[in-house]
Amino acid sequence: MAAEMRGAHAIQVEGLRVTFGDFVAIPNLTFTASYGEIHGVIGPNGAGKTTLLDVITGKTRPKEGTVLLDGKIDLRRLSEPQIALAGVGRKFQKPSVFEALSVRENLELALRLRAGSILSELRGWTDPRRAARVAEVLGETGLTDRADAPAGILAHGQKQWLEIGMLLMQRPKLLMLDEPVAGMTDSETSHTADLVRRLRAPDRAILVIEHDMAFVEEIATRVTVLHEGTPIFAGAMADARTDARVRDVYLGRH
Amino acid sequence: MMGGGMLFRVIALSLAALTIALPILGGPLAGSGIGISPYLANIIGQIATFALLAIALDLIWGFAGVLSLGHGLFFALGGYLIAMHMLKDGYVNAGVVPDLMTFMGWTELPGYWAFFESFPYAAVLILVLPGLLAFAYGWISFRSRVSGVSFAIITQALTYVAMLLMFRNDTGFGGNNGMTGFVSLLGMPMGAPSTAVWLATASTAAALGAFLLCGRLVRSPFGRMLIAVRDDEARLRFLGYDPVWPKLAAWTLSGVMAAIAGALYAPQVGIINPRLLSPEVSIEIAVWVALGGRGTLSGAVIGAVVISALKFWLTGFAPDLWPFILSLLVLIVVVGLPNGLTDLRLPKLKGARHGG
Repeated sequence: MAAEMRGAHAIQVEGLRVTFGDFVAIPNLTFTASYGEIHGVIGPNGAGKTTLLDVITGKTRPKEGTVLLDGKIDLRRLSEPQIALAGVGRKFQKPSVFEALSVRENLELALRLRAGSILSELRGWTDPRRAARVAEVLGETGLTDRADAPAGILAHGQKQWLEIGMLLMQRPKLLMLDEPVAGMTDSETSHTADLVRRLRAPDRAILVIEHDMAFVEEIATRVTVLHEGTPIFAGAMADARTDARVRDVYLGRH
Repeated sequence: MMGGGMLFRVIALSLAALTIALPILGGPLAGSGIGISPYLANIIGQIATFALLAIALDLIWGFAGVLSLGHGLFFALGGYLIAMHMLKDGYVNAGVVPDLMTFMGWTELPGYWAFFESFPYAAVLILVLPGLLAFAYGWISFRSRVSGVSFAIITQALTYVAMLLMFRNDTGFGGNNGMTGFVSLLGMPMGAPSTAVWLATASTAAALGAFLLCGRLVRSPFGRMLIAVRDDEARLRFLGYDPVWPKLAAWTLSGVMAAIAGALYAPQVGIINPRLLSPEVSIEIAVWVALGGRGTLSGAVIGAVVISALKFWLTGFAPDLWPFILSLLVLIVVVGLPNGLTDLRLPKLKGARHGG
C-alpha cells in the first residue's frame, strides 16, 4: 500500500479563491503536496499561508476552488471534525493542548479507534490498542517521563511536542504544522527538527509553515514560496534561495 | 487529578451520614438532646437542594466551561411542576380550591393542568420537560457556536423572559402570587414535622446521588472530554470530535438536576413564585460555585452550603445586609481567589491551571 501511495497527491488544491469582504487573501491558488514528502510553505506575513491551512481544515470556507485529500475526498463538503477524521491533522501556531489533563490523557483523547461516534469511542476507551499507541507516541516525542504531569505545567517546547504527539495518535495522511518552532530555544528547535523528520512516512505528507528559513532548509524536501496568496516558487529550498523573484519579495525584506 | 480526592470522600460521607441520621434524629430522637427540630431539618433540606443545584451548574460550568446565568429557570420549572401537582392533588382529592382559581374567578383549571393530580405524571414531566428545554436550547446555541459571555447573557435573558411570562396572571400559573397553599405530597400533610424531615432526607439523598453520579462522570473518559471542551474546544474539533455532543449531554443533565432540586425545594418552602426566575437568583448560584471553586464538585457543595447557611443566619436579623455581603464575597473571589476556596487549600491545582 505504501509503495502505491508514494508520489501520489496527499492534498491537491486547485483554483482556490479566498476573500474576506473586499480583501482577497488568496486570488487563485493551485498547490499540491505528495505522500512521503516534508513540504515547507514559506512567505512573508500575509502571504496566505495560514489561510491555506484554514481552508484545508475547514475553518475557512472558500468561495471557489477544489480541495481534495488523497485525490478523492472533497474536503469542502466536510465539517471540521469530519476533515480531522478523514486524515488531516493540524498543529496550531500557539501550543494548543488540554492544560488540565495529563500528557497521557491528552494523547488518549487524540486517538480515534471508532471514528463513527463519540459514544462508541468512549465505550472502547480501555481498548489495549489505546494504551499501546500512547506508550509508543510518548516514546517518539520524548515525553515518557512527563506522562502523568498536567499539560499546563509543561515547558513551551514540550507542549509543542505533546501537540505533535496528539496528531501522531491520529496517524494523519496529511500533517500540517503551523510555525512549529516559533518561540523555541535552539536545542528545542533541533529536537523538533528531529521529531518532524521521524514523522516522515511513505503514507503521509507533512506540510510545514515557517518563518525560520534555516529550520525549513533543514527538514523540508520541497518548498513552496507564497506571495500575496500566489505561489511564486516551488522546488528545492536551495534553489529557492537563489531564485530572483523569491529574493525580491521575501528574502530581500529580511 | 482534579484535586480533592480526599475532600470528595469527606463530602460524600457527610451527605450519606446526614441522609441516614436525619430520619432518626428528626424522628424518634426529635425531642432528645441530640435531636433535630423540624425547623432545622427544613433548613438542612433547603440547603441540600441548593447544593444539588450548585453541583448541576458546576458540571456544565466548572467542567465543560459553559457558564449559565439561567439555572434558576430549570430550578423554577421543577418547582412549578411539583407545585402544580400538589395544588391539583389538593383540589381533586381534598377539595381545596387553589388560590389562583379564586383570584381569576375560574370554575375549572386550564387544560394543561390535566393529569397533574397524578404524582408519576408530574414526576415524569419534572424530568422530561426541563430535559427537552435544555436540549432544545443547547442544540440551537452550541450548534451555532454561541459560547462564553454571549451564551451566559442569553441564558439570563431567557430566564428573565420566563419571569415576565410567569408574572402574568392570565397564564394559569398563579402570576405574581405564584402557587401556595399546598395540602399534601404523596399523602404526607404539608407542615407536619415528619413531612419536613422526610423532604429534607430526600433532598440530602438527591444531593448525594448527584454528587456521586457527577463525580463518576467527571472522572470517566467523558469527563476528560468535557475538560477538553473547556480547555480548547477548537483543538477537540480538530481531533475529530464534534464538541456539540459532549456539551449537549452535560448541559441537558445539568438542567434536569437543577429541576429536581427545584421540585424538592418548592414543597419545603411551601411556595413557588416568579421571583425564583429573577437574575439575582441565577447569579447567586454561579456565586456559590465560583466561591467554592469551579471544576471540583466539592467546591460547589461547599460554596452552596456556606453561602446559603450564612444567608439564613444573616436574614434572621439583618436581611438588608445580604446584597452587600454577597457582593463583597464576589469581589473577594474575583480579586483574590480565582479558583474559589480551593485556592486556599490546593496551590498545586493553581499551578496546573495557570502554568506555562
